[in-house]
Amino acid sequence: MMDAISISLDLTIAWALLLAFAVYVYVVLDGFDLGIGILYPFFRKKDDRDLMMNSVAPVWDGNETWLVLGGGGLFAAFPLAYAIILPALYPPIIAMLLALIFRGVAFEFRWKAVGRFQEVFWDAAFIGGSTVAALAQGITLGALLQGIEVDGRSYGGGWWDWLTPFSILCGVSVVVGYAFMGATWLNMKLDGEIQVRVRRMARAFGIATVACIVAVSLATPFLEQEYFARWFSFPAAFVVAPVPILVAVLAWQLWKSIDAEERDWLPFVLTLALFLLCFVGLGISMWPHIIPPAITIYDAASPAKSQLFMFVGAAVLVPIILAYTAYAYWVFRGKLKPGEGYH
Amino acid sequence: MDSLFFGFDAVTLARIQFAFTVAFHFIFPAFTIGLASFLAVLNGWYVWTKNEAYLHLFNFWVKIFAITFAMGVVSGIVMSYQFGTNWSVFSDRTGPVLGPLMAYEVLTAFFLEAGFLGIMLFGRGKVGNGLHMVATLMVAVGTAISATWILSVNSWMHTPAGYGINDAGQYVPEDWWAIILNPSFPYRLVHTLTAAYLTTAFIVGGVGAWHLLRGRRANHGVRKMFSMAMWMAAIVAPLQIVIGHEHGLNTYEYQPTKVLAMEGHFESYDNGVPLILFGIPDQEAGEMRYELSIPKIGGPILNKGWNASMPGLDTVPDDEEPPVAIVFWSFRIMVGIGMLMAGLGLWSLWTRYKGRLYDDRWLHRAAFAMGPSGLVAVIAGWITTEVGRQPYVVYGEMLTSEAASPLDAGAVGGSLIAFIVIYFAVFGAGVGYLFKLMSRTPEVVPTGRDDPDNGPLRASGIVPGTQQRPRPAGSGSTQPAE
Repeated sequence: MMDAISISLDLTIAWALLLAFAVYVYVVLDGFDLGIGILYPFFRKKDDRDLMMNSVAPVWDGNETWLVLGGGGLFAAFPLAYAIILPALYPPIIAMLLALIFRGVAFEFRWKAVGRFQEVFWDAAFIGGSTVAALAQGITLGALLQGIEVDGRSYGGGWWDWLTPFSILCGVSVVVGYAFMGATWLNMKLDGEIQVRVRRMARAFGIATVACIVAVSLATPFLEQEYFARWFSFPAAFVVAPVPILVAVLAWQLWKSIDAEERDWLPFVLTLALFLLCFVGLGISMWPHIIPPAITIYDAASPAKSQLFMFVGAAVLVPIILAYTAYAYWVFRGKLKPGEGYH
Repeated sequence: MDSLFFGFDAVTLARIQFAFTVAFHFIFPAFTIGLASFLAVLNGWYVWTKNEAYLHLFNFWVKIFAITFAMGVVSGIVMSYQFGTNWSVFSDRTGPVLGPLMAYEVLTAFFLEAGFLGIMLFGRGKVGNGLHMVATLMVAVGTAISATWILSVNSWMHTPAGYGINDAGQYVPEDWWAIILNPSFPYRLVHTLTAAYLTTAFIVGGVGAWHLLRGRRANHGVRKMFSMAMWMAAIVAPLQIVIGHEHGLNTYEYQPTKVLAMEGHFESYDNGVPLILFGIPDQEAGEMRYELSIPKIGGPILNKGWNASMPGLDTVPDDEEPPVAIVFWSFRIMVGIGMLMAGLGLWSLWTRYKGRLYDDRWLHRAAFAMGPSGLVAVIAGWITTEVGRQPYVVYGEMLTSEAASPLDAGAVGGSLIAFIVIYFAVFGAGVGYLFKLMSRTPEVVPTGRDDPDNGPLRASGIVPGTQQRPRPAGSGSTQPAE
């Protein structure tokens, strides 16, 4: 009996980590390609836009699949959380799904557009879809962090509970952060005149991203007593202190690397690290809750038999997926030249 | 919830929303499952024989695939979240059993498709023909694996097996093999995959027929696609009738009420079961009006004797009956189309035998008219099976009315309207672009530059890999022999 329980506890932690990993991979992969849509308004020439879209055209579909894994994994490993979070965040989730439709089809339809109206329309669909999806994801994160009211095994709150200044702050932060990631990606993939402009964008959105991180970090501990204790009480503060310190160090390195002539992949990699730190910070605040303040990962976990069955497969398949995803990126590596494309 | 939205309660609206989004979504994979395999065959043939005719045909259809696949992906993401948004009680209670199967679908299928799609669409010039073929195969295999898992999930909801119930009221797994290989799964899988291949065959055949009707008889690509499609129709459509029949017998064993509704048997019989061809079901009165039927042969069709007795819907409590008229009619639409498909296949065999496959304009007209018939049949079949298991969402276990999220009717109604407007606008535009791609004349003679009529896959900025000439124009410019 003890054995069964401890296996189940360990599996639950493993699944929480695996899901967190899936969400992180989603955020950074789809983050930069949603970011490209958010950056579109700053690049008005069709050729520039073609180039930007082509830098992610072969990989966006795989990137978005991590979102499906996040949803599917939550349903499988923590069905109660899935059943509470989605109704609680109904409007932003539906908005995100509809936005992803517009931005997803824009990858194909934009090239088939006939006439000025259709061109403008699908560009707008790409911009609007990317921006709204990012905003909705940020709002979802904020609404989760600020806590969801639970009644028995269902959502117990009202229909506008998700909408607060804090969730809006998170929404805007994610839009800004994705734009920054998009800019550092383009800095890596493009060169020439457009790269100069991309770097300008990267600097501006870099500053804005750091400002957003600071704002969200300062606001979060005041949402829940427990968050506050975790960040500001001794000796816990010593343990968590490296996170904000590393953020500061990374931000400085990023600032320097954006202007460096060599190694233009470095800003992108540092951005991934910056997002990882934010993610770790979130984890520190929420742990062990999957729905603050009431539901822990253990409350929401599906039976050990369900988690084990999937974990065996995931342990084998996720490394394989990472390998062929890496291969796909490798195939399309290197700089994209205007009018030249991949060849 | 007590609130109403234009007279509908939240559960009804959630049901309409699910029916609408799943039917719309299913159109795309029903086409791409078959198309992915068709593309793999064309590409394989090209790599094997170096006959560029197959490369051109591949390039013709791969652009259509790209658009359809994109629409399938974005409408599919909606589905993966809709269980939680609109059916949270269902999600909470079935998650431990169904969640892992869906997670496996993501891990074994979605990543495979999405990971290799980029290489399939843009990568031929980068990785060479061999690895490009591997990528094309992976996409095709991925679509079939995806169908396998999601149909296992769906079949479990029809014929649940291998589970127990815990204190929280959740269904929990006891035997994974029994869950995955539940009783209706093998039948549903074969029937649905075959339907997907037929759907693709008829779309390909319809496009080929359209070009033939436009006088492109000499175009090798047009002939090839029409001929291949007609072979599929001739072989697979009759096979599908047999498969469908077996699936029906399986349904009769596990969900007899559904079959009674499909066949329109309101009354019980004690001396031979008739086959009801047509009639107007009147569920209130419990009878079939204006019934047109053949006596006695309904028994043998259900593996019973000529003079068998059979209990009808009059033995089923009213609140356990599905809406009979919907099931009765959608079943007839599916079966009718299936018969027409087989008929067209046999007709094509005859004209092929006579050497007039590319000349029989009436055959071409019929094939063109039946281009979308597979999609209609697939949706009709889906309605038959899904409406036929009502009022349950998990058959015999959980009522659909208990499964919904505690949502306000206004929230569900509002999102329903948004889905309807956006789906028709966005996917309507997509279908428009598909028609345009389908109406291009398939490329025949390699000219070394893109046919302005065709347009490259990527209008500018990119020279598409799939349009690359793998060898110098001189060696590939011969008109391939048939």
